[in-house]
Amino acid sequence: MPAYEIEIILNRQLADCLSIPVFITDTKGNLIYYNEPAEEIFGKRFEETGEMPVEQWSTMFKPVDENGIVISPAELPLVQTLQNATPHHKTFWIESLQGKNQKISVTSYPIIGRTGTMSGAVAIFWKSTDE
Amino acid sequence: MKIKLWGVRGSITTTGPETAYYGGNTSCVDVWEDGCLLVLDGGSGIQKLVVNNELATKRIDVLLTHLHLDHIQGLGFFKPLFDPSMDVHIWGPASSTRTLHSRLSRYLSPPLFPVLIRDLPCKLTLHEVENSRFTIGPFTIQSNYVIHPGPTVGYRVTGRQSTFAFIPDHEPALGKNGIIKNNRWLSGFDLAAGADLLLHDAQYTEQEYSNKKGWGHSSMEDAGLFASMAGVKRVLFAHHDPSRTDIQLDDIFTSFQEKTSYPFNYQLAREGMEIILDKL
Repeated sequence: MPAYEIEIILNRQLADCLSIPVFITDTKGNLIYYNEPAEEIFGKRFEETGEMPVEQWSTMFKPVDENGIVISPAELPLVQTLQNATPHHKTFWIESLQGKNQKISVTSYPIIGRTGTMSGAVAIFWKSTDE
Repeated sequence: MKIKLWGVRGSITTTGPETAYYGGNTSCVDVWEDGCLLVLDGGSGIQKLVVNNELATKRIDVLLTHLHLDHIQGLGFFKPLFDPSMDVHIWGPASSTRTLHSRLSRYLSPPLFPVLIRDLPCKLTLHEVENSRFTIGPFTIQSNYVIHPGPTVGYRVTGRQSTFAFIPDHEPALGKNGIIKNNRWLSGFDLAAGADLLLHDAQYTEQEYSNKKGWGHSSMEDAGLFASMAGVKRVLFAHHDPSRTDIQLDDIFTSFQEKTSYPFNYQLAREGMEIILDKL
């Protein structure tokens, strides 16, 4: 299996240095890396799960809006980034591991290297301190 | 495939008796097969290549890994560029905003150099490479971006019977915890995988590297780990730090050998070294 593009590798190395949760996917949305802060949101360790198909990891979050209405996948920043290769941002709620809804902001951006080809995407989760 | 090293020093040329054994010229290697000549990098070593070789071909392909000065500074003194009978092809990376021609022109133009690219008498063709695969004569060549400041590629040159990987400037360990021990996450892996010979950056000791992360180069330890993960058959450690004397290089390498054991031959690259790779 070929190695990832260096912009993917460097994004992982950067994520590994950050204290904010970072998820990295390939162009199909398969989860290829998440850092330690992301493990706390995810409730799983990357060393245990390894890479995860999009069908598996995308169902682990239950995003809802401020009225508790489920947000469709197409409205989520990372999905939009994967579809149109542009950055996106959205604030919403997800159910935390403790069963309590937690307000988060997600910023996503495409990984487009020097070749001009998108090789993946990154989603940064910002925990909101607002209740 | 016949390989000769014309320059293995990093960063800047060094001269003097204290560096005479390993050599003071910057990056340049030639590769011959079936009368076809590839020149990898155009550091100061390229000047000697012409002096000492009677070229059997009218076509020369110069493959640049990147455009840092120690990899192109010899181009202005490469005689085939000034020979109208020569067909010279220069391959190298563009940047996101500038063409290879534009980037090379920064050096090959006044005030840094008196002659403009367009005034070179040879028949010159520029080719931009990225994550590319192409053929030149008997060679199949793969270029891939590798971790080093600015657009930088390494080359995998496969001849009729053997493969040579050339990654003279490379920092695969850039990150919090160094090299990720998974081939999919290893910069340069596809270039070096299973190669008969790898020439790789090994500028620093492990201790030096801890203070020079992000400078774009490797420690000998990381070069050894990279080669192990790639499963190469033989390694030449290159891009010697310009501050090193021959004695210091020998001392550092001896210490390194005492604490390491790899299932492949590894040694310091030396200017003038010739290697014949004759089988897969």
